[in-house]
Amino acid sequence: MGLVTPARLRFPEPLALASGGVLANYELVYETYGTLNAEASNAVLVCHALSGSHHVAGYHSEDDKRPGWWEHHVGPGKSLDTQRFFVVACNNLGSCFGSTGPASINPATGRAFGPDFPMVTVRDWVESQARLADRLGIRRWAAVVGGSLGGMQALQWAIDYPERVAHAIIIAAAPKLTAQNIAFNEVARQAILTDPDFHDGRFYDHSTEPRRGLRIARMLGHITYLSDDIMREKFGRDLRGGKINFDYQVAFEVESYLRYQADSFVGHFDANTYLLMTKALDYFDPAGNTDGRLAAALAPVKADTLVLAFTSDWRFAPARSREIVKALHDNDLNVSYAEIKAAHGHDAFLMPIPRYVEILRSYMDRVSMGLAT
Amino acid sequence: MSPVRLDFRIIGDWIKPQSRVLDLGCGDGSLLAYLAQSKGASGYGLEIDDAHVSECIRRGVNVIQTDLDAGLSEFDERSFDFVVLSLTLQAVRYPDRLLREMLRVGTEGIVTFPNFGHWRARWQLGALGRMPVSAALPHEWYSTPNIHLCTLRDFERLCKREGIEILESQVVDHAHRRRLALRLFPNTLGEIALYRFRRARLP
Repeated sequence: MGLVTPARLRFPEPLALASGGVLANYELVYETYGTLNAEASNAVLVCHALSGSHHVAGYHSEDDKRPGWWEHHVGPGKSLDTQRFFVVACNNLGSCFGSTGPASINPATGRAFGPDFPMVTVRDWVESQARLADRLGIRRWAAVVGGSLGGMQALQWAIDYPERVAHAIIIAAAPKLTAQNIAFNEVARQAILTDPDFHDGRFYDHSTEPRRGLRIARMLGHITYLSDDIMREKFGRDLRGGKINFDYQVAFEVESYLRYQADSFVGHFDANTYLLMTKALDYFDPAGNTDGRLAAALAPVKADTLVLAFTSDWRFAPARSREIVKALHDNDLNVSYAEIKAAHGHDAFLMPIPRYVEILRSYMDRVSMGLAT
Repeated sequence: MSPVRLDFRIIGDWIKPQSRVLDLGCGDGSLLAYLAQSKGASGYGLEIDDAHVSECIRRGVNVIQTDLDAGLSEFDERSFDFVVLSLTLQAVRYPDRLLREMLRVGTEGIVTFPNFGHWRARWQLGALGRMPVSAALPHEWYSTPNIHLCTLRDFERLCKREGIEILESQVVDHAHRRRLALRLFPNTLGEIALYRFRRARLP
């Protein structure tokens, strides 16, 4: 995608949140790729997952080592073809990558929000993204796309703004978390909350951060993002130094991998943001207001939908995507569902798996044909 | 524009305009695309094959990747006007259950299948003593997906047993042509059988 520069917009209007809290004003950081056409009909919103950001594709500087998190799918000639679409990616409220979040200065106190940052939900994100769309002159998205927690936002968009979403693409998502999903999130949160360096979320004031807690949370997360098979294939029981040393240093390759993932997370990710994002996941449940009946919750939807799941994803298994598909066809909506064979587990949604790329591309071809009519 | 297959045309004639259709084993989606275009029909195709699913998505046909042997439990009763099972009955694990399921989720069912009673099949099995291989049944016995082959008479007996009322039927040859002789001796000369049926009304 080449070099990209994030943009920033300030929203002075208060945002009333699902939690009952209010953000008096806030900023959103976002990136765009491609050009908005004269009718403003070719805009595609990409929603990010737990640890993602607005940096979906391209590089921020010449010596940037890694491109954005969906570089495989976004760019000229790619599935989300920036020669045809105007792709927008917004950093969610509560994040630590530029939009207003726990590390931002609370105007009421003059110091970082920390634990005072209100809980944000998927619905709140959609609301804030809708305001961003207004400011960008986008009345209706050609598509709202997301994987994992991003897929939940795409679904919420289709529910909350039926007239503003032509297509929703929901990848490796679920209509709500299971007890097991919430349990993993709770262990991650406990690791952070019980770290002595957490200081009740005011670690900024102590010039420290709960590194141990965040590391453990990230390691746990990574175990759930991969499948048993891919772990066996990538690491097996391979030893780092060739032999067992009977100590607590890294012996197995898989330990080395987890520690590396943990180390590269700390210093880049905010512990309060991690807590908020996992809570947003836990609370997501569109059927919560309809006695658990997802089809009733999806009754307002008008978008055509593509739902994708990956065979080895056990965090949000294909059966969870099928719940979304059922609720959509119960409403006689246009929906297609494909199950992609992949060994990578939940992480597959980030990978350039050929069939995945091909399906996204052909679906986006249909989206683009719809723009012409 | 390629000529439309006769079996598609027959199914198209049977389906009322603007119908809701569920196509079981929809392949590349060409039947649903034809019914959408000619009859304004809408609905979904169910398909297990990766390449076919991709092709449906490319065509803009609603497709749900799934295994028919897992049943239709995700569909509510009477969700569709027609449930179509085109050249797939013989490849499913439980044809009788699937027929019942079709008439649970749909008002009417349409089934097409290769007729195992066709004279060429009878000849190969009866005279040559070999499992039949033909244009309609192109696989060798050891690699065929067709595990529940039947004749027209077998199918009609099953319908009777299941309380299914046959509303219409047709046979065509493997080139999907319809000839007079076929009408006279359907179970011997028909290669592909097509049936439209519904749950029999209680007397």
